[in-house]
Amino acid sequence: MASNSKTLRSPLQIARGLGSAKHGTEHWWHQRVTAIALVPLTIWFVFGVIRHLGADHAAFVAWLESPFSALMMVLTAVVTFHHAQAGLQVVIEDYVHNEMAKILSILAVKSLCFVLGAACVIAVLKISFGA
Amino acid sequence: MANGSGRPLSPHLQVYKLPRTAILSITHRITGVGLAVGTLLLTWWLVAAATSPAAYERAQHFIGSFFGLLLMFGWSLALYYHLCNGIRHLVWDAGKSFELSEAERGNQIVIGAAAVLTVLTWVIGLAVW
Repeated sequence: MASNSKTLRSPLQIARGLGSAKHGTEHWWHQRVTAIALVPLTIWFVFGVIRHLGADHAAFVAWLESPFSALMMVLTAVVTFHHAQAGLQVVIEDYVHNEMAKILSILAVKSLCFVLGAACVIAVLKISFGA
Repeated sequence: MANGSGRPLSPHLQVYKLPRTAILSITHRITGVGLAVGTLLLTWWLVAAATSPAAYERAQHFIGSFFGLLLMFGWSLALYYHLCNGIRHLVWDAGKSFELSEAERGNQIVIGAAAVLTVLTWVIGLAVW
């Protein structure tokens, strides 16, 4: 660590609290929380998709008109996109080393995840409320 | 090692045979990115269903086409792999199963579970479709 040459403070002092990135373990923790939530949500989603393979529009709408199905689908979409943007950010940070390209691609990925996630939520709500 | 310092060099991808744990690790990342791309289809599916019966039919028609089914197969395998290996990562996060023998056993469980779940899903899926 460069600071060692000028100071007697140990690197541990700098790393404590929120650490050098000033985000602490929050990003890592969010990935884990969403991963745990996605285990039951994914199992529900897979069963739901299998049960509605080849379903016509009326049957599909009837599925998502149920408040429980709508709730589960909204949660699946929101948590999936949260998990996806967190994971994709780490992938970009690992492989894109040009600072401007890194920030721009992270912003692009996060924006896209927000837009797609919002589109999924609005679609489910529209079906569920029968609009 | 070749740099003359006597200190170990980090392995270079072109001359280093990746251990199985490393292959599974990078596969976790690749399937994660692939699944993120797959959310485009999920969004199209839900938005189409909310738009009109005709739009929904177009999405269903694409998913049921040969190319659509190929994508669905890839995504189902990727989903099960990422799910199973993700659970293994949570086990590691809990501080367990770090011994090499346990890691190798984990490799086999993850590969086996992902393969079995994928085949099972497609057998049931094609039967009820």
